[in-house]
This record gives sequence, C-alpha cells and structure tokens, in this order.
Amino acid sequence: MPTTKSQPLAGHIVEEYGYVSIEDLSRLCAVDSRHIVELVEEGILEARDKAQAAMAWNFSWEHVRRAKLALRLERDLEINLAGVALALQLLEELERMRGEIHGRLSR
Amino acid sequence: MGVPRDATEAQIKQAYRKLARKFHPDVSKEKDAEARFKDLGEAYEVLKTPEKRAAYDQLGQNYRAGENFRPPPDWDAGFEFSGPGGGAGTGAGGSSGFGGAGGAGSDYSDFFASLFGAAGARSKRSRGAAASDRGEDHHAKVLLDLEATLMGGARTLTLRVPGIDSTGHLMSKERTLSVQIPKGILAGQHIRLAKQGEAAAGSGEPGDLFIEVEFQPHALYRVDSRDLYLTLPVAPWEAALGATVKTPTPLGPVDLRIPPGSHAGTKLRLKTRGIPANPPGDLYVVLDIALPPANDEKSKAAYQAMASALAFNPRTGLGV
Repeated sequence: MPTTKSQPLAGHIVEEYGYVSIEDLSRLCAVDSRHIVELVEEGILEARDKAQAAMAWNFSWEHVRRAKLALRLERDLEINLAGVALALQLLEELERMRGEIHGRLSR
Repeated sequence: MGVPRDATEAQIKQAYRKLARKFHPDVSKEKDAEARFKDLGEAYEVLKTPEKRAAYDQLGQNYRAGENFRPPPDWDAGFEFSGPGGGAGTGAGGSSGFGGAGGAGSDYSDFFASLFGAAGARSKRSRGAAASDRGEDHHAKVLLDLEATLMGGARTLTLRVPGIDSTGHLMSKERTLSVQIPKGILAGQHIRLAKQGEAAAGSGEPGDLFIEVEFQPHALYRVDSRDLYLTLPVAPWEAALGATVKTPTPLGPVDLRIPPGSHAGTKLRLKTRGIPANPPGDLYVVLDIALPPANDEKSKAAYQAMASALAFNPRTGLGV
C-alpha cells in the first residue's frame, strides 16, 4: 500500500457530473455489476438510459446512496430483492409521513 | 442474542432476524440502534457458521474471562472463511475490509476485527475479467466539517485498515492520509483516490480508495443536499415593519432585506449561496421571531403599550 506523502492527495468526486456509470456504481457498492442489474430489474434503481445495454447505463448520483441502502438491507436482514423493494417503498412512505407530521406541528 | 448455548441454527437465525429488523440502523428509530446492531451482527457472524462458532467457543470464553487474553499463535489454523464480502455488522458503507475513519468507525470491535474482521477483505469480488488483475478497492467513510466543502482544502484523515502483521496475524492498523477535499462535494458523494487501495497480487494496478463524505452538524447551517438552511432571529418589529439586517453566509455576512409582514418561518432564498457544487445550492434563511425580555420597567411598559394599542388575539384560529 502506498505510503503517506507530505503533499495532500488529490482525488476527484466520483459523482461530479451528477451521475455515475454502472461500473462506478458497482465499485462504490463493492458488488458485481450483475447485481446492480438485478436491482434495476426489481425496480429498486432506475437507469437514466434504459434503452442502452446494461454496461452503458448511468445512474443519477442520488442512486448511490439508495443502492448502498438496498444492499445493506438485503445483506443484514437476509431479505430477497422483492422484500428490499417493499422495505424501501415503506421507508420512503414513512419518511414522507414523518415530514408531513413535522410540517403540521411546526405550522 | 439471548439464545441458549445449545440453540439450533434455525433458532439462531430466527433470533437474529427478529433483532436485526428491530435494530437495523436504516430502519430503526431506537436511540442506540447502530451500536446494538453492530453487537448483534458480530454475535450472529460468529454463531451462524459452525467453524466460527467452534472458534468462539474455544477463544471467546477465555476472552470474556480475562482482560489479558491474547489469541494463541495458531488460533486461525483450520478456520476457513468464505462467502460474500462481510456479513452483518461490517462497515456502514458495505465496505470490503476497510474500517471507519475520522471518528466514524463502524466496523467490527477490536476483538472481532482481529478474529474475523478481514473476512470481507479476503473474499474477492468477482468482476469482469478486464478488471480482475487490479487490486481490491478500499472504502472508507469520513465525517468532515462543512467548511471543507464550502472552501475546499486539505484535511488529515485517519483510516483503520485491516492488515496482516509479520507473524501472519490479522490486525488493524491506522493509516493517516492528507487529502485535498474537492470544493462543492455533497454528503453521500465519494472522493476517488486512484491507486490508493489494495496493491494488486500480480502485475496489475492497485485498487482505488473511495472515501464517502458526510458532514458534522454545523453551528449555523443545516445541510439539505446542496442547499443550506440558516435560522435567523429577528425582532418582532423587524418582521412586522421590514428591515435590512446583517446575516451570515458561507462567503461572509451580507445585508438581507426582511420584507414587511414577515412572520416566524418565513423563508428567504439567497440564490447560489449554498454549497458551491455544480450547480451551486441555495441558502435559505428561515426567520425566527425573538422576543425582547420584559425584565425591567421600560420594557414592560413597551409591552403594555402594545397590548393596549393592538386588539390582537393570536388564538382566533383555535376558536377561543
């Protein structure tokens, strides 16, 4: 592993153009890109250019967090992707309703 | 996990799933969910695989019995680890063998890191053949101050990396890096440091290091993606009559015009004064009415004058 240099390391933002390629998404999630395709097939993620071949897909950068969340749920709760999709939908619904209640209380 | 010593695999799985659903940090609102889930993950990681359970039965009891426990030199002989990268309880970022960083540590506790923490790192991801000779990517999550994205600049990050010592044992070592934080990076985005991951086994290039960024809570600004929110206290007459007041922004104070008839919760937008991303975010100033204290004769008289001058009932909407 390279040692620390005195000059700060300069990197770049993976999501700097607002989207990530399927290759970057699978590397960020440390899974095979075929698993990302499965998340798309289950409707958990949506590719920006679905008409293209899977290896040319790009995803809006907000999907990185969603993909990681989905993979954590799948792994930690040992649920299949249909279950993950349902859990995400319910979590979003819960979040929206919490926001609504909060909005009402603070009015 | 609250299972008896002779629990069957099915009982362990059932207990784990029930508790996992209760304490999973992505799902749970329990206060200590993250710590509880981590403990649970560790316990399950050990109990679900017969090899590890056997190792734990031999080692774990001694560990708990005395502070000075050291694994015997050959503790890992004969234990083989396999399966997908990291079971429950690995780092929050789904990391393959990289611990938390900068105070956001969320990997195995030290005991299990030394025993099993690198199991994830050992299981290689199978990617396309083209990438297979590249070293493993490393992943870390850091908690930065908001100024890092507002101004950019170098930050020193301390990452915990599982490694192997000279006697071939797994250990956790610290790696300190000075990293230039790209201006305008948003929470949840990643900095890619090329070739700072694992060295390749063969002639390939090292993997990359991906650093996921989160922000510490800021004294003034709340972050929502690329936008910032600032709660600005104003006096009742400033809100009612309108005023021009000084307000802080990330780029320095500005004069902000408060429109007459403003109220608590009025939101004023300062375009492009948020996080300098591409496109830049906005700064929302949310007004909060601060009441002057009525703690001397003069201020009490002023309130009384207002009370008699204004026929004001703030509760008309409540029907009383």
